[in-house]
Amino acid sequence: MKKLINDPADVVTDALSGIAAAHPDLRVDLDHKIVYRSDAPVQGKVGLLSGGGSGHEPLHGGFVGPGMLDAACAGEVFTSPVPEQMLEATRGIDGGAGVLHIVKNYTGDVMNFDMAAELAAAETGVEVVSVITNDDVAVQDSLYTAGRRGVGATVLVEKIAGAAADEGRDLAGVAAVARRVNDAGRSMGMALTSCTVPAAGRPTFDLPEDEIEIGIGIHGEPGRRRVPAASAREVAEMLVEPVLADRDFTGDGGVLAFVNGMGGTPLLELYVVYREVARILAKSGVNVVRSLVGPYITSLEMAGCSLTLLQLDDELLRLWDAPVRTPGLRWGA
Amino acid sequence: MAAPDEFATIDTAALDRWVRAFAAAIGEYEEELTRLDSAIGDADHGANMSRGLKAVVAKLDDAPPAGPAALLKQVGMTLVSTVGGASGPLYGTFFLRMATAAGDGDTLDQAGFAQALRAGVDGVVARGKAEAGDKTMYDALAPAVDALDAALGGEDTGGALRAAADAAAAGRDATAPMQARKGRASYLGERSVGHLDPGATSAALLLQTAADALG
Repeated sequence: MKKLINDPADVVTDALSGIAAAHPDLRVDLDHKIVYRSDAPVQGKVGLLSGGGSGHEPLHGGFVGPGMLDAACAGEVFTSPVPEQMLEATRGIDGGAGVLHIVKNYTGDVMNFDMAAELAAAETGVEVVSVITNDDVAVQDSLYTAGRRGVGATVLVEKIAGAAADEGRDLAGVAAVARRVNDAGRSMGMALTSCTVPAAGRPTFDLPEDEIEIGIGIHGEPGRRRVPAASAREVAEMLVEPVLADRDFTGDGGVLAFVNGMGGTPLLELYVVYREVARILAKSGVNVVRSLVGPYITSLEMAGCSLTLLQLDDELLRLWDAPVRTPGLRWGA
Repeated sequence: MAAPDEFATIDTAALDRWVRAFAAAIGEYEEELTRLDSAIGDADHGANMSRGLKAVVAKLDDAPPAGPAALLKQVGMTLVSTVGGASGPLYGTFFLRMATAAGDGDTLDQAGFAQALRAGVDGVVARGKAEAGDKTMYDALAPAVDALDAALGGEDTGGALRAAADAAAAGRDATAPMQARKGRASYLGERSVGHLDPGATSAALLLQTAADALG
């Protein structure tokens, strides 16, 4: 497996060094593998911390900056960061108004952030509230699984909660907005090919050339089913249908439609998918008022895409439109 | 690595031998753990455990702890801060709870070690919320502590620990037909059936090395 890396053991640190070199308005702690906005802590503002395994870039480090996250902890590839990192980052971004932890619902992430919140309570005076994202409708039977995974809605939670924190809301208020976004978002993903974890050196799963996986997770976790390779039109149907079946998206405020690339699919193809998604949504009475198309929460070099719909209202729309200045999302600022 | 028969109690040096033996076993089985984890997880269990146990050994070399509790705590803290994933908090909590249960003494007798081991396993359950049959490390650990308790008094330490290791190995093998209900493997549903659980496999190594090093 060919990869543009030096030593597989150094891939996360090397990438973080690159982020530091490319973005002078970020501060990178290489020892703790934390990306900070350079002016952290912002006094009086609720601090937003997220983090997770590496390999999903630009999530989370690429979403650090004004209007979004104050810091992000990077784990090894597809491996949760550890409590020590989260504790260090929590201390580093507390401007006196407390810190929100945004956690994707994966067993390891939840356990490590839990331990970090326990340590923060025991060892610092920093108030911490955690919000877990779990928007992946591909996981059906959450009684007998680790529950729905946090995927595309995480990006939207980080953006919108970041704007709420910028408006000066308190910790409970920012957490409430974050939960509202997660509750109003649903996602479904698919893969054309596997990804390859650098340390493993071979594909995480085998997917025959003529098959695709519907309902894939962002670490190559299997989805609902494998089907013969299909056109963008048919794939769009397979993504939209379960999302619309899970929640009503015909509310007054309109919808944000987010077609996300898994890392190995060109933007050209993502726009082909977006065209089909938009067509189906229009036919289904869903009023799309905002869109996002591109690789924002990826799975290394996996080819494929995911669809996230977010039911907006006036407040969420205003917070989505608010200025943001990060390497991954940037407008109005 | 001497394992004298006359070991009636377990001291800091014995625990140090156990942890180093576990680290060596994890190193030896790293690829196997990764292979098992690629089948039903995300292919990182071998690399993560190996990285964590290397750090544990380096720390033991750098700063040898005084007393069983101090050693177990140092191992737990190092695992929590170096392994990541779910295994870091789970194995870390296991050793931290063992440390608390071990108390202040210089040695642990057979019953004291069994109690500490059970406290560690209870910690794993509290952290991971797993139940028997979920296809997790608990499926290897639970029968091991039961076997150890059952052997208490009747066997010498070596025999009791061997019984625990055998029970852990049987528990590991029993995970193959199970359908995973925890962790990333749970997303596979029925497709998780037919594969050994990687966490149960590393947990069986933990008990096997305990029997080898402490017996």
